[in-house]
Amino acid sequence: MLTRFSLSALLVAALAITTGCQPSSTSSGSSASIRTTDSSDSVAGPVTLLNVSYDPTRELYSDFNKEFIKYWKEKTNQDVTIEQSHGGAGKQARAVIDGLKADVVTLALAYDMDEIAQRTDLFPVDWQSRLPNRSAPYTSTIVFLVRKGNPKGIKDWDDLIKPGIEVITPNPKTSGGARYNYLAAWGYAQRQNGGDEAKTKEFIAKLFKNVPVLDSGARGSTTTFVQRGIGDVLLAWENEALLAIDELGAGEVEIVVPSVSILAEPPVTVVDKNAASHGALKVANAYLQYLYAPKGQRLAAKHYYRPQQPEHADSADINRFPELELFSVYDEFGGWQEAQRKHFADGGVFDSIYLLQ
Amino acid sequence: MAAYSIPSTCSNSKNLGDTSQGKKKKLQMTKLRQRRVLPGFGLTMGYTVLYLSLIVLVPLVALFLRAAGLGWSEFWEAATSPRVLASYRLTFSTALIAAIINAVFGFLVAWTLVRYRFPGRRMMDAMVDLPFALPTAVSGIALTAVYSQNGWIGQYLEPLGVKVAFTPLGIIVAMTFIGLPFVVRTLQPAIADLEREAEEAAASLGASRWQTFIKVIVPSVLPALLTGFALSLARAIGEYGSVVFISGNMPMRTEITSLLIISKLEQYDYAGAAAVAVMMLVVSFALLLAINLVQRLSGRRYQGGV
Repeated sequence: MLTRFSLSALLVAALAITTGCQPSSTSSGSSASIRTTDSSDSVAGPVTLLNVSYDPTRELYSDFNKEFIKYWKEKTNQDVTIEQSHGGAGKQARAVIDGLKADVVTLALAYDMDEIAQRTDLFPVDWQSRLPNRSAPYTSTIVFLVRKGNPKGIKDWDDLIKPGIEVITPNPKTSGGARYNYLAAWGYAQRQNGGDEAKTKEFIAKLFKNVPVLDSGARGSTTTFVQRGIGDVLLAWENEALLAIDELGAGEVEIVVPSVSILAEPPVTVVDKNAASHGALKVANAYLQYLYAPKGQRLAAKHYYRPQQPEHADSADINRFPELELFSVYDEFGGWQEAQRKHFADGGVFDSIYLLQ
Repeated sequence: MAAYSIPSTCSNSKNLGDTSQGKKKKLQMTKLRQRRVLPGFGLTMGYTVLYLSLIVLVPLVALFLRAAGLGWSEFWEAATSPRVLASYRLTFSTALIAAIINAVFGFLVAWTLVRYRFPGRRMMDAMVDLPFALPTAVSGIALTAVYSQNGWIGQYLEPLGVKVAFTPLGIIVAMTFIGLPFVVRTLQPAIADLEREAEEAAASLGASRWQTFIKVIVPSVLPALLTGFALSLARAIGEYGSVVFISGNMPMRTEITSLLIISKLEQYDYAGAAAVAVMMLVVSFALLLAINLVQRLSGRRYQGGV
């Protein structure tokens, strides 16, 4: 029995290495807790914060937490330990609703935060007005990732609906991030068609006809595009696209920036009730405010997010973000609740694309 | 919930009924009771009920209650919309095919591992457990890597016009992968228990190899085979992690039911998700019950003969 187990373990390891895949995928609901510092004795009692976040912020917060701990120690002489939990945004929000003791939540879209506020009394429903910039200390947008040399000559959204172009995007029904992809395409088409919604629907239907695989999450789509070599263009968050290029080296894929895209605003908020229950309200608020401080803004830019105050960031980092016309979910779609109801709910516009086929 | 509690209490009360049938039997029971070494029925049964309730029943009750939050018409609408129906068809048919494949080839694997001694047998035996050990997402990604159009196997199938990844065929591959250990592990002891003398006797009585296989071997391992088949089927129906990577998740075509449940949860439609889950559970339970029945019938049929 023992030998069988060790053999299995060996084979698992071998398999994992040869296929080059990581067990921490978006769909397996992995949420790793990282203890960033050891707390030592101090005047004010040590405190622990749990930051429940979504997948792509892993590297950003592991850097940011170190800075904040240093800053907080200098300012108040209190030791703070920050634990991180990462996973799909929707999954993380449901965990908080079901009782995960998050002190701050930092997710991909306001819709998930709204649901927490509405379904629990953890923080007020007007949470979004408590911090500047609709509570988004950093933003991003949707760009195209294409094969090296851009062999299909993809330049803008209308190239994506040409016959024979394969587009990779996650399923907007299961991936919060992919809803931005869909809405970005919608916003572009609305501009092209002068607001004619029937024509825009047609555009979206053509676009999704070119999608051969709908992965359940953003990381799955990246794998499909980069590792499997499927598709001509991947719709991705700018920060993920920049990260992918940095990790792969600039040899395989390159970024194409469309003429117009959506402003992705990943919001943050304090979970008042949880934080107050163990005397962490003050530090939790300071933690999020520090994201808006020069140091936080600088780190956000370093980790490929567009800072709200670019003047605080390294200019080399800022130069990675090209200028383009951006529209927000609030101006274009009347907010997340409205966008969700119209486009992504069961029986919404997205469903109708597939039921008509 | 009702569906779940009935069978267990049923068989339980039947046992009680049997024991109180005649005085003779009662006497036997008391004799038996005296002979027991370990603490008896009361303690173990109490523990069984508590354990099953905590682990299985309570979550299922919660699920049914969630679904009951919907009215009947809403429930029906959520559980039978066209997209959901398409996913049932896909999930149950692919799971059935995968379980059949496993029953055939799992039998072969179990037979080889039990009956023959060859170098590398232990290694092979250990490999059977791998689908258990791997996180399902890993197996999904690994299978997709192998079977996609530029994968090790996929690149040779592509020119032949066979697409595996991102088609129902890929779903069958993933379900076969995760279900294999169930068949092999349930069959191995059954095959090891087979008496070779019976096969020799059959041969000496003039049975052909085929007749020996069909009339001697298959009947005696059939209950184990059916158990393995049922487990593998049940696992395949509920599988999520490995399938979503290889299925491509195209609405109406390659969306499995578990994915639709997740996508409902993603909209915070807990009741709708529970409705689909309940539907799936009821059908799965009916299937398992039917297999159980077949198993019992086949056992009875051959018990007299052997």
